[in-house]
Parts: sequence; structure tokens; C-alpha cells
Amino acid sequence: MLAKRIIPCLDVTDGRVVKGVNFTELRDAGDPVEIARRYDEQGADELTFLDITATSDNRGLILHIIEAVASQVFIPLTVGGGVREVADVRRLLNAGADKISMNSSAVANPQLVYDASQKHGSQCIVVAIDAKQVSPGKWEVFTHGGRKATGLDAIEWARKMEQLGAGEILLTSMDRDGTKSGFDLALTRGVSDAISIPVIASGGVGGLQDLADGVKLGRADAVLAASIFHYGQHTVQEAKQFLAAQGIPMRLA
Amino acid sequence: MNKIVVVDYGMGNLRSVAQALRAVAPEADVKISGEVADIENAHRIVLPGQGAMPDCMRSLRESGVQEALMRAAETKPLMGVCIGEQMLFDVSEEGDAAGLGLLPGKVVRFQLDGMLQEDGSRFKVPQMGWNQVRQTASHPLWQGIPDNSYFYFVHSYFVQPAQAAHVVGETEYGKPFACAVARDNIFATQFHPEKSAAMGLQLYKNFVHWQP
Repeated sequence: MLAKRIIPCLDVTDGRVVKGVNFTELRDAGDPVEIARRYDEQGADELTFLDITATSDNRGLILHIIEAVASQVFIPLTVGGGVREVADVRRLLNAGADKISMNSSAVANPQLVYDASQKHGSQCIVVAIDAKQVSPGKWEVFTHGGRKATGLDAIEWARKMEQLGAGEILLTSMDRDGTKSGFDLALTRGVSDAISIPVIASGGVGGLQDLADGVKLGRADAVLAASIFHYGQHTVQEAKQFLAAQGIPMRLA
Repeated sequence: MNKIVVVDYGMGNLRSVAQALRAVAPEADVKISGEVADIENAHRIVLPGQGAMPDCMRSLRESGVQEALMRAAETKPLMGVCIGEQMLFDVSEEGDAAGLGLLPGKVVRFQLDGMLQEDGSRFKVPQMGWNQVRQTASHPLWQGIPDNSYFYFVHSYFVQPAQAAHVVGETEYGKPFACAVARDNIFATQFHPEKSAAMGLQLYKNFVHWQP
């Protein structure tokens, strides 16, 4: 049976892994290559690297980090942040990324999602959606690290991205991000039931039951978390054992 | 020296494949190449592929290495991965693309609309993630890999070999499908061994030492 995935997320800035609360207040969490190797050993199913302050200055830096990680870690790597054109996708794939995540640029230019998936295949195009609840059962898409409202409905936007060729949706609740109060399960379920491509739930994990709830109640295909792993609260292996004990299919290494 | 060429025709994550081969065979000469001479001089060939099969076939034709690849496939150990597996077959539903015809059969798309997984959620296409591989026939490349081990998949299409004897591994996604095929000096997988951690590396290690 296809296993549900547990994906540690590494927010990278200036060559270091950091962790924020509600997209601000960054704390240092360590060296990306070292952290990637640790999660690989713990049985992580994939790794996601988000270049959270992507500018042309540190673009080269994330390429270097991806090259270093990809030479030592043989699991899928997703990279996001600052992807603006199809050539960026090619560069990141060449550095060793398997999937490329787009967020602000997909909103600014939806054609980019179509062009990139036509050229490199849907399997490597992830659209990241940062969503904030605006009324009961309604979420709005934000861009630019959560600073800019778009007026787009998150569920409608996910459908559109699927139509344009996205292979996966990385769905982050801005209300929950960094709060350790659990995923926004209504948002996750709403998006997952609306589309036919996999959904990664993100934002708000405070403990292992939150991961299980994301899969069972949110119907996420994969769950992403950062701080519970970065600061040694839990290992990835512990998380997998915990979910498996609740009957969730897991790859137990 | 064991010369292994990862065929470069402009498609796929060649670097990951080469890195996995180098990790399991530091003594081998692993080269990413789209040169006919390199393919002719190689002892083993790996054919990766990503994206859409019609594009991959077009790139392979235009790269000028298709004939050298076909000659190599007659005798040298050849491993196909993902679209590199699909291209070994006669034809694909994806764009009605003709394949290389090294294995009889076709490539078809998942038809899982309206079907639900055990937990009530719908089947997502592409199948993306880790799934178990049942070894339906013994093969030297399965050595050291427990039956039902997990491998990493990402695909919307899969192969339907015309001859059951060519199937060496199956995976269940809605229905069982062939995820590993073999005949003579050819072995190919739908999953990505280079992204399948220890079990994937073991498979490449077995390929590097395989004497069909």
C-alpha cells in the first residue's frame, strides 16, 4: 500500500536552517547538510528546503546546499523559494532537486506552472499555497512569505493549479504556522477532497497526534513539520511508529 | 574497470542516478554521457527518464544515441528507470508514442477515478511516494532486498508487459501493476532506486555486479 509520507522541512536563509513563528522571528536551527543527513538516517520520506529569503544574492547558495545534500542523501528533495522562471526550475533540478515548489511566482504568473510542467513533467512541479482563514470555511491565498493578500480562494486556486499541471500541493495554514496548535484540518480536508493530486499538509504541528490527524482527518497524503524535529522533541522514526500504531500506512525503515 | 554510462539525452535527473551508482561502486567509472562512443565502450548502461514519454522518445531520437543504445541492449546489462523503463516497451497511451520495442507490451495510465483508498480518501494521480514491491519472480537484482520493501514512485503511467514472464515485481495502487520487469540482460523499474534510500542503493549495487 502507498505509505503516507513524513517530510521534515528545512527553512534556509544565508546557508543556515532557521525556524520562524507566523513567518517571522527567525531562530537558528543548524547546518542544512548535517540536518538532512540526520533526517535521512531517521527514515524521513522526503526533505523540503525552502529558501525563505530568496534573493538573487543567495540563489547560488541554495544551489550549493542542494548539491551538497543530494550527493549524500538518497531520498527525494523538494526545493522552493524564489523560483521565477522555467530556467530556475532547470537549474534546481540540475543541482539535484527532484521537485520544485513555486508560490508567489505561480500567483504572479500562472503560465509558469503550465510551462514548467510541460517542460519538466508534472511530477516535479509543486505549488505551495499559503492560506489564511477569512471566514468560516473560506481561506485566502497569500504570497511573499505571507505578507501580500491575493484575493484568491485557496480551494479554487488549488483546483486551478492542478489544471495547469501542478503535480502536488504544499498547503500551509498561516494561522497555524509556528503555533504548535495542529494543522488547519478543515482547510487540509477541503483542498485534499477537491483535487486529484497529492496534498502535503503544513503549518502548526506541535506533537505527533497532529501529524496523525493531518492524515486521518485532513486526508493529507503527506505531512510536513519543522520544529518538532529540529529541536529534538521527536525523531522522524518516532513519528512514523506513532502513526503506524494508529493504522496509518508508513514506511518503517 | 567497470564502465557505466548513464545515458544523457536531455531528460531526467541524471545526476541523482550517477551519484547513487558512485555511492555503491566507488571503483567504477560512472559517466553521464550522450556520446555514441561512450555507450559503445560502456560495460553497463542506465537509461533514466522523467517527464512525458513522447518528449523523452523525441529527445532520444534527436540525441543521435538511440541506435547505439539499441545495439548495447542486445548484450550489455541495461537498466531502465521510470520513463526509461516505459520507453523499453512498444507503445505508450501517453501521446500514442512509439517506444523502443525491446520488451513487448504497452504503457497505460492509471484509471482510478471514483475509486477510494481503504481510509476513504481518493486515489491521487500521480502516485507519489513510497510503496511496497512484491517480488513476483526471483532475480539476481533482488539479492539482499527483502520482499515487500518500500521504493519511491512518482508516475501517472505504468507498463503492461505482453508476456507475464517479463514481470519480476508488482505494486498495488488501486490494482496490482508491474513495477519491475526483466529479460536476459535487461532490468527496469518504474520506481526510482536513486531516491529509495538503502533498498534502492542495494538494487544499483546488484546491477553494478550483475553478470547476466
